[in-house]
Amino acid sequence: MDKEITIRITGEAGQGIQTIGAALCGLFKSCGLHIFANQDYMSRIRGGNNFFQIRVKESPVLALREKPDIIVALDKQSVALHRPALAAGGSLVLDKKRFDISGSDEAFFDVPLYELATSIGGSEIFLNTVSCGVVAAMTGTEFRYLELIIREAFAAKGGEIIGKNIAAAQGGFDFAKNNFKKQEFLLKPGRPVNGALLLNGNEAIALGAIRGGCKFYSAYPMSPSTGIMDTIAHCSKKYNVVVEQAEDEIAAINMIIGASFAGARSMTGTSGGGFALMGEGISLSGMTETPVVVVDAQRPAPATGFPTRTEQADPDLLIHSGHGEFARVVYSPGTIEEAFYLTVKAFNVAEKYQLPVLIMTDQHLADSYRDIEPFDMNKAKVERYIISREASKQVSGYKRYRFAPSGISPRAIPSWIEDPFYADSDEHNEAGHITEDALTRVKMVEKRLYMKMDGLSREIVNPVAHNLEKAGTVLIGFGSTYGVIKEACLALGPGFASLHLPQLWPFPASQIASSLKGKKSILTVENNAGGQLAGLLMRETGIKVSGSILRYDGRPFNLDYLLERIKERGVNGN
Amino acid sequence: MEINGFKSSDEIAWCPGCGDFGILNALKKALAALGRPPKDILLVSGIGQAAKLPHYINSNCFNGLHGRAIPAAVGAKLANSYLTVIVTTGDGDCYGEGGNHFIHNIRRNADITVIVCDNQIYGLTKGQASPTTDLDYETKVQVGGVVLEPFHPLETAIALGCGFVARGYAADSGHLSGLILEGIKHKGFSLIDVLQPCVSFNKKNTYEWYAKRVYKVDGDASYDPGDKAAAYRKAAEWGERIPIGVIYRHEKPTYEEKRGIADNSPLAEDNIEDVDISGTLKEFL
Repeated sequence: MDKEITIRITGEAGQGIQTIGAALCGLFKSCGLHIFANQDYMSRIRGGNNFFQIRVKESPVLALREKPDIIVALDKQSVALHRPALAAGGSLVLDKKRFDISGSDEAFFDVPLYELATSIGGSEIFLNTVSCGVVAAMTGTEFRYLELIIREAFAAKGGEIIGKNIAAAQGGFDFAKNNFKKQEFLLKPGRPVNGALLLNGNEAIALGAIRGGCKFYSAYPMSPSTGIMDTIAHCSKKYNVVVEQAEDEIAAINMIIGASFAGARSMTGTSGGGFALMGEGISLSGMTETPVVVVDAQRPAPATGFPTRTEQADPDLLIHSGHGEFARVVYSPGTIEEAFYLTVKAFNVAEKYQLPVLIMTDQHLADSYRDIEPFDMNKAKVERYIISREASKQVSGYKRYRFAPSGISPRAIPSWIEDPFYADSDEHNEAGHITEDALTRVKMVEKRLYMKMDGLSREIVNPVAHNLEKAGTVLIGFGSTYGVIKEACLALGPGFASLHLPQLWPFPASQIASSLKGKKSILTVENNAGGQLAGLLMRETGIKVSGSILRYDGRPFNLDYLLERIKERGVNGN
Repeated sequence: MEINGFKSSDEIAWCPGCGDFGILNALKKALAALGRPPKDILLVSGIGQAAKLPHYINSNCFNGLHGRAIPAAVGAKLANSYLTVIVTTGDGDCYGEGGNHFIHNIRRNADITVIVCDNQIYGLTKGQASPTTDLDYETKVQVGGVVLEPFHPLETAIALGCGFVARGYAADSGHLSGLILEGIKHKGFSLIDVLQPCVSFNKKNTYEWYAKRVYKVDGDASYDPGDKAAAYRKAAEWGERIPIGVIYRHEKPTYEEKRGIADNSPLAEDNIEDVDISGTLKEFL
């Protein structure tokens, strides 16, 4: 059995919890271990209580666990807050003197964190590095790995800072080495995969966008989507991408529509509230047949909701977004890898069918880190569906909305062809001029809805199944629940299968209907209260599920939580 | 370029006598004088009577959503800098529905020209007050007269530091075409607010009303459009005497220049096949 432990770093906002978390992720990855890490943070910049949780395993991991084996508390209130969450036999690292805690608890591992930081580094800033040293020793990690991580992290800060940090880490490491006697948390290093990456969902989408030929990104900052804009902006000069922070989400969607019309692949990202504001723009993309890619990183709603937490309550919004009837695509990636590949595909499909492609993630996928194997660039190729500059020279008598058997009118880029042309949000004729002719209207509606949906039905990203043939019970989900459902099914045994939907619209109705044929029990697993996937299944396939396991407290599913909910239902899998 | 080259075959849907005809002619004249072919011009509009205007010109047109012409135009300009991008909009479209974009795109200062057909009334929805309707003017909705202080586009634009602020008059097509041409040639966001009689719904600000009031600042040697305080006072003149011409002008770096992309080839022309992201992936090892 591959060994695993879960580590939680907790303290106030602003104490550098994420810094420690990121360093530990890098540390374990460099030792050839596998990680899944997630930050639980409040919507504030200072104070409160935040934590960063890392699940480390000797084999790949796809989800979080409920209870940490090691807790590192950086402030006093974290001790009382998190002690109840500690797994049986777990250890809680704290600084009893600093926190003025005198009581004893067999789980406590008292480390003079603050004293070590100030005596070695000269400042409490070094608390983070001391803590990393402590955890490294508790998990049996060789110090040289940590030293490498520190050298990389502080490379830009110069020798003195690097030296002090290494010394502080060594201080924490030595203290734990000499004083912590438990063997339960020791992990066996593995062989690191060459080129393996460590990133979160937002970063994967940003990289997918750049690989997918995105040239223009405009958005209004909104948690938890902002990381996409940060990442693209960070490397925008290198790839000649223009990133512009818009005055509001309405501006963002209209800017990218204008940019796409003029020839640049364009994208925006937001969360539910911002997406709601973009609704009219989604409809404009559908009407003018202008390709755009829009990311909705969901967070708990209605209205402002929980800005920094997770939920999957926007499928109905996205599938029905924008007034009127037109085709669109909704992807719901379940992993970092899918987030990358589906973003590249989103740009291709948007351009091919000249419509909005929506990528729905959530805070859990957007902000969670996992180690993954290198991307395969052969599976992430740009396909072009515009009239090329070369071919533009031959075009004459161009009409933007010319009727074609496929419903797809060849798309020219203004200034590339000799003819000027018209695009319109009013109903229009083939030339793009406004018309109220009934027959033209009918043909245009059918072009934008039926004909495009027909083409899209041949492009569906198939559901991902595990153990479907043998199992009697199927757990179905979309988006970030992929990993936790798969791990739960593996833990439950051969009676259970998982089915993940990376695409929600057009709905993969026939694929799902055949997958679920003859199954005794079908449960959806959803991070929402309404059971929107169950509703979608009913509407699109007529299949009534046996039930739904729903979580709507703003927290992500984890393996233990899901197993518990399944157990409560008495589902045995056969 | 001949003016006939910009003639569109699309049937015009404005009321006879509409001030928009004068603006249409002025824009065509300005485009002919600019000398770029129709394929290199992009007219962007929102919704309203003014927003139909691009259909009546033979050039590229993107007729988008109500109030959202400016963001679409800026997106198009940044994506394909080769295009001359001009917005034709109205007082409701630009100052009402799209007010936020008006403000922030003056700040952004991308190289586009915005022509506002300002008839001080909502035409397409049949006569409600617009942001620029005069106080006390009665409509079917504003029973008892308008009580909201009119929006002052020129003063707002000057306060925001817009590099080119002009006012034209629809009935003086020759003068207006000169302002439009100057606006197009100005690097950065240019605003041309055009006084435009609405023969169907604005019974106050008529051709006769304007004829008695408008005067040109262009011939006035004592007026310096580079003097911001003077420009602000000039822009505020309204009532017995209404100035037209270039009210405020000052050169400043465009968005594209400040972002260091002014001299780049258009984004749309970048080769996006097989973008090599390995350099960035190294940051995630």
